[in-house]
Amino acid sequence: MGLLNKLNQPYEAGGIILGTFEDILNWGRARSDWYLHFGLACCAIEFMAMNASHFDFMRFGTIPRATPRQADFIMITGTVTLKMAERIKKLWEQMAEPKYCISVGSCANCGGPYWEHGYHVLKGVDRIIPVHVYVPGCPPRPEAFQDGMIKLQKMIKEEAIFRKRKKLEEETKIELSA
Amino acid sequence: MTINEIYEQLKEEYGDSIIELIENPPCDSSIIVKAESIFDICHTLRDKPGFEFDYLMCLSGLDLGENLSAVYHLYSMKHSHKVVLKTIVPKDNPKIPSVEKIWRTADWHEREAYDLIGIIFEGHHNLIRILCPYDWEGYPLRKDYKEPEYYHEMKVPY
Amino acid sequence: MGEKKRIELDYSKIESDRMRLNVGPQHPSTHGVLRLEVELDGEIVTEVVPHIGYLHRCFEKHAEKMTYPQVIPYIDRMDYVTSMNNELPYVMAIEKMLGIEVPEKVQYIRVIMCELNRIASHQIAVATFGLDAGAFTPFLYFFRDREYILAIFEKASGARLLFNYFWIGGLAADVHPTFKEDVLAIVKQVRKTNKEIEDLLIYNKIFIERTANVGILPPDVAINYACSGPVLRGSGVKFDLRKNEPYSIYDRFDFDIPVGMGEVGTVGDCWDRNIVRMREMEQSCRIIEQAIEQMPNEGDVQEKLPKKIKPPKGDIYMRAENPKGDLGFYIVSNGTDKPERVKARGTSFVNLSVLPEISKGYMFADLILILGSIDIVLGEVDR
Repeated sequence: MGLLNKLNQPYEAGGIILGTFEDILNWGRARSDWYLHFGLACCAIEFMAMNASHFDFMRFGTIPRATPRQADFIMITGTVTLKMAERIKKLWEQMAEPKYCISVGSCANCGGPYWEHGYHVLKGVDRIIPVHVYVPGCPPRPEAFQDGMIKLQKMIKEEAIFRKRKKLEEETKIELSA
Repeated sequence: MTINEIYEQLKEEYGDSIIELIENPPCDSSIIVKAESIFDICHTLRDKPGFEFDYLMCLSGLDLGENLSAVYHLYSMKHSHKVVLKTIVPKDNPKIPSVEKIWRTADWHEREAYDLIGIIFEGHHNLIRILCPYDWEGYPLRKDYKEPEYYHEMKVPY
Repeated sequence: MGEKKRIELDYSKIESDRMRLNVGPQHPSTHGVLRLEVELDGEIVTEVVPHIGYLHRCFEKHAEKMTYPQVIPYIDRMDYVTSMNNELPYVMAIEKMLGIEVPEKVQYIRVIMCELNRIASHQIAVATFGLDAGAFTPFLYFFRDREYILAIFEKASGARLLFNYFWIGGLAADVHPTFKEDVLAIVKQVRKTNKEIEDLLIYNKIFIERTANVGILPPDVAINYACSGPVLRGSGVKFDLRKNEPYSIYDRFDFDIPVGMGEVGTVGDCWDRNIVRMREMEQSCRIIEQAIEQMPNEGDVQEKLPKKIKPPKGDIYMRAENPKGDLGFYIVSNGTDKPERVKARGTSFVNLSVLPEISKGYMFADLILILGSIDIVLGEVDR
């Protein structure tokens, strides 16, 4: 609470925060992530427990959204089947940049227990969309969800968003010309 | 009513269509019937007083190697007795009359058996795939099934 | 992504007063990955076509490739909110085939665990049903209590959700020393919360207005569709496998079968199906209390078994009363250590098939409630 206390005494002991614009922007971005919850299987039940009173996921500044247009990150919780995979891809493409993906549970990471004989299971959601944070476990405990969220926040905080934006612009330009 | 009594009564009514009674304790006993007459037999089992099998517990498809088989587990809520019916059909012509009109629950069970094993239930009003995508190829639970390399440009094996 | 077909439209045949709407496969109120194709006439539902299979994880294929004990973890993942109950019919079937009598203490622990899991499952069912109706508070209350039950499971098996706790011929591990006291404390807490929920949700006027006389399922239709569990009992059919065909040691306990009586509407409506779940929680509490009293303290929790479990040739169908209804396993053994075929009769799979029948003629918002009252878990629908 050091910073907040100092804000009461302008100029003498501080009251001015110095930092790059990017840092401040990232600080804000990291603490208000809205997510599209893609609950698929067993992990979704643990995620329900995570949202309830014991673990309280919303204290990370996250709000569940039902539409991909308003979401900052997508949370894939559970087994991705081939029938479902195309829908996930479609939803991911609808999300606005910058966007992130947390893959929760062994099934979403690599196929989990269904890796060998699962003829209808996609072995890892990273085969169709990029994944930023993997949370292992079958199913992961709510504490693991929290850790995944903290990892994502850390990632967002350290991101160089202006350079990324420039790069994205260049990429889209190439695509348009091609 | 025990399965032996049911077998005797069915044998009296249907004769050759009832092939045999298999007893194999501690496992379940079952009656093997001809595929063509399964609809009539089921109809009798549901409606005739004394049988009244109003509850189809389970309908499973089986791959026996050379043949395919459908297994019906019936239960009567009134008399609390049960019976197991089995039919065997050749793999190159796996056609069994549908019992969907007798027990509506058979609708999805038959679609599942068609989807995974490839048994064709004649007379079913909507025999399409249920679990696998509609454009899936092959019947996954057959013993000689090989999973596809790619589905819609997504790699399937690990 | 496959070849795109050009759709030829015959405009004279298009009905302009009907609308086809797609719900799901990812929708907050479909309880998972169910896709419903709904035909609407204004707000009135005229047809519902469920499309399932979005969570088809090839359970039956895996079961054929694994040895008998290795199948149990996959069974957990079928209906992932009632894992303990799922394991019971499977292990009972194998034990019957092998002719094993499990120790007395194991039977009691199994019953207690199953009933605790029944409570946990019904808590989720009622909580999410409340969510569908727009009540968020019961969700928080129930999930608070559910955590205590999960703590017991965690102490016993090491896992919160998917346990692999019932093994063929016994249990994975013994329960912890303070098991009995912990369970009794939970029973007390469950009763307290249920009383609160009854005031808060069940007899709430708004809730009754929304759920009474909605989605009426007549008993003969329920039986013809082979519905089971609270869906069947909500229609007034007094049928519970624990009473009608006692398995394990359920014949030693004194409990009632709650049925829907149409207290606030018609027999077999959404409210009835929901109240059956609430009352079953109380009955489970009674069973647990009796079981705790009768349970022996000493004893083994695992029968001596050969290293490779090879049931004799033959097939068996075993069913048990799951929180959602009766779950059956049809197991075909070929005499080796791997099953020839394991077919699971998914409770939710069968119960869901009645949805198109009972949702016709109601408002679209009611469709969500009817779906919630059936209480499906898509892992079991698709397997």
